[in-house]
Amino acid sequence: MINKKVNNVQEALKGVTNGMTFMLGGFGLSGIPENAIAHLVTLGINQLTCISNNAGVDDFGLGLLLQKKQIKKMISSYVGENDEFERQMLSGELDVELIPQGTLAERCRAAQAGMPAIYTPAGYGTEVAEGKETREFDGKMYVLEHAFKADFAFVKAWKGDEAGNLIFKGTARNFNPNMCGAAKITVAEVEQMVPLGTLDPNQIHIPGIFVQRIFKGAVYEKRIEQLTLRQRD
Amino acid sequence: MLDKNGIAKRIAKEVQDGFYVNLGIGIPTLVANYVRDDIEVEFQSENGVLGMGPFPYEGEEDADVINAGKQTITTLPGASFFDSAMSFSMIRGKHVDLTILGAMEVAETGDIANWKIPGKMVKGMGGAMDLVASAENIIVAMMHTNKRGESKLLKKCTLPLTGVGCVKKIVTNMAVIEVVEQGFKLLERAPGVSVEAIKQATEGHLIIEGTIPEMNI
Repeated sequence: MINKKVNNVQEALKGVTNGMTFMLGGFGLSGIPENAIAHLVTLGINQLTCISNNAGVDDFGLGLLLQKKQIKKMISSYVGENDEFERQMLSGELDVELIPQGTLAERCRAAQAGMPAIYTPAGYGTEVAEGKETREFDGKMYVLEHAFKADFAFVKAWKGDEAGNLIFKGTARNFNPNMCGAAKITVAEVEQMVPLGTLDPNQIHIPGIFVQRIFKGAVYEKRIEQLTLRQRD
Repeated sequence: MLDKNGIAKRIAKEVQDGFYVNLGIGIPTLVANYVRDDIEVEFQSENGVLGMGPFPYEGEEDADVINAGKQTITTLPGASFFDSAMSFSMIRGKHVDLTILGAMEVAETGDIANWKIPGKMVKGMGGAMDLVASAENIIVAMMHTNKRGESKLLKKCTLPLTGVGCVKKIVTNMAVIEVVEQGFKLLERAPGVSVEAIKQATEGHLIIEGTIPEMNI
């Protein structure tokens, strides 16, 4: 077993510095690497480029890094629900690149899989495709989209072991598996660190080969963005 | 004229037994409430779930189980979770049978605009561009006119596009329309709405052939 375990978030984030590009898992606030984000705020590094489907809310998730003006550029598919984000975007302080959600996932996956680029039909004929190479396959037009290049990927899983094997839960899975191994260093934080050998190899979502560092997150708030309930009859 | 629930009710009739369906945010979400009980349908949400059920009861909500609108949901027996790349493999790979989404504008060529208004805060396209670029069967659910009373069914979209030549069918508060090579073909009119009123509210080329039946909802 190759041991990927580090003791805490401080060790896990060793080497992060100003101007780096990060991938961060999560959809809305579900499955975000809460502990890594909190520590990035503490470290105070800035001029960051963040690849993440969303940008958090004002006081949670990536919104915490935005508040401290640590992010220079966001690459996302949807960025609503965040007033500070809006203010920085409209004032020009923050550079924002909006891309289709499936393209975001596939550019991560391409980086993970060693593919330099992919062709997708998404965005053809729209401003998203402007300046990009397009090509026809079987009578349909596609846009060439390049794999991301990132320094660190921060992902969050439900369970993990010292070998770096990961299991996700529910829709908190989202972009997390696609970002594993898609950056130079993948840091996984887990809710539960289980003893080696207790995860069923048949059930592992991401094999440890894609993970360089794994740690148990100290605290998880797991905030719900839109609590929506059904009335009992 | 129909209200939003009326539009959803009419669209629900397009949902067939054995369909995997992706519902957008807004009116499309309401469609789930009106699908017949005697058919089997599975709802896909692009954040990574197939087999979505109703909202949870109080105390049963789970931060790890949400839909694309970030609302807490439940799952039904037979449901599955998956990552974002796989979710869009289902969408781009044409495994989802029916996509229902809202729009700001649709052109008579099937172009759709629903993600950006220049000069206003742009929130992003989310999964809409992936959905419209690949789905074979797209139904747009929207009001026939905007808040200023202007037609949303146009010769050419004025807003930045989400996709080109992709919309096949539109259900509005006034009509059911099929997008054909020559333009908007009027199929049905909403209860109490005249063909003339639909003509008035449609800027793009409206094709009227024979008697137009009233919707049966």
